Order: sequence, then structure tokens, then C-alpha cells
Amino acid sequence: MRDVREALMVARNTDGKLISRPMSPHLQIYRWPLSMALSILHRASGIALSVGTLLLTWWLVAAATSPQAFAQVQGFIASPIGMLLLFGWSVALIFHLFTGIRHLAWDMGYGFEPGEYNASGRLVVIATAVGVVLVWAIGLTVWRG
Amino acid sequence: MANAQNTPKIDILRSPLGRARGVGSAKHGGAEWLAVRLFSVLLVPLSLWFIFSIINLAGASHDDVIHWMSSPCVMALMIALVILTFHHLEHGLRSVIEDYVHKDAVRLCSLLALKGVSLLLALMCIVSVLKIGL
Repeated sequence: MRDVREALMVARNTDGKLISRPMSPHLQIYRWPLSMALSILHRASGIALSVGTLLLTWWLVAAATSPQAFAQVQGFIASPIGMLLLFGWSVALIFHLFTGIRHLAWDMGYGFEPGEYNASGRLVVIATAVGVVLVWAIGLTVWRG
Repeated sequence: MANAQNTPKIDILRSPLGRARGVGSAKHGGAEWLAVRLFSVLLVPLSLWFIFSIINLAGASHDDVIHWMSSPCVMALMIALVILTFHHLEHGLRSVIEDYVHKDAVRLCSLLALKGVSLLLALMCIVSVLKIGL
């Protein structure tokens, strides 16, 4: 035994024999409450945003390299795949921002009652939708203007 | 009925404290936890500023970006954003790896690779910001 967590998984059965405690069933067993979906999506959006920093790095390095290299990135971002990535990145960023604020409130000890976390969860979903629409409405207006 | 896999080998005489000793330090976890939270708080306004800047730069030419980045305020905010983002990212991905990668050797290598790659990417971003702005 190398890990403390394994020590917590040891128990005795009714015969007094030492056994490993059974693991809890996996995700597909449960119905999906909002909190569970948001928790998983918070992590997934974080991973997506980490991949998105590669685009940010490319953009900055290209801008520092030459106008040609920069035109290449701008061309990629304006392409259908680039726009899809940018849209996904904006959704992930805005969602992760709001769920992150929710996490900070929990870290300070607020919002643990079922009524509260369900309400804040719904608020996060609405705020993300409004935020994404707002950002793209303004962004596309500026782009064409 | 117990099969080999379901019958753990344990040192029954070791106390929980004895099992926990030597497998990790509990001396600086608090400061690290707090740092991640404080950086997250800073990332909220910085991310909003960055989204706002990106919107303003939609369809911008190379000259526009150079001009935008030449302001000391923008450079400072960009560098702060890069440092905090990569610190946050490294912390987040580290907990994902720690949760899902169970083989010690693979986990150690992944964590080292993560640390190295995020450090290098952050440096590339910072150097680029400085090169554009200065």
C-alpha cells in the first residue's frame, strides 16, 4: 500500500475478513442534476481553454515575428474552422468565468444550500448565454464597421 | 470467495498517521490554495478586459496591434494576464492529471511535461509582448 487513499478503502466483511471497499458506481448510473453537469463542464471548459492558449500564443508570437506571419494567424481565425474555434473559446471562457466566480463564493462559504446552488447554477447558464450573445453581437458589429 | 485482487495486503499494525507520514507535506498547501484563489480573483477583471480588447481588435491589421501593444498599460496588463493565465492553467491541469492518471511514472512525467510546457509557452507570450511593445 503506497497511498493514504487506499488505506481508507480497507474494511472487514461480515466474516471479519479484510477486503477492499466497493467503488461507487460510475457517472452513467446517475441522472444528471444541474450541479453535476456544471461541475463537469467547468473542468471541461478549463481544459478547452488551456488548449485555446495555444492560439493566443501563436497570435502573440506571430505578431512579434512579422506582418506576414500575423496575416497567416488572422487568416486562420477568419476561416470557418477558426471562427468555430473562436466561438467555442468565447463560450468556454465566459462559462468558466461565471462558474469560477461561483466557486470563489463557495470558497468563502456562501451558497451551499440546495436552493442557493440550484439558483446560482441556473444564473450561470443564463449569464453565459447572455454574455456570449452580447460579445458576438458587439464583436461582429465592430468587425464589419 | 475473496479473490487476490479484492484482498488487499495491508500492514494492520500501522496507524492511519503512520500510513500518511512520508507521502506528502502538509506545510505549504494553505498558501498555495490561497494563491490560486487570489490569482483567480485577479483573472476576472483581466479576462473581461481581454475580451473587450479582442472585440476592439476584431479584424485589426498588424499595425493596429503593434500600436495597441505599444502602450505601457496594455503591455503590463497583457503580461499580467499571461502569467496569471498560465499559472491558473498549470494548477487546473495538474489536478486533472492527479485525478485521472494513476500510474506513478506516467503521472510524474505528465506533471513535469505540463510544468515545462506551460512555463515555455508563458515565456514565449511574454517575450512576444515585450518585442512588440518595446
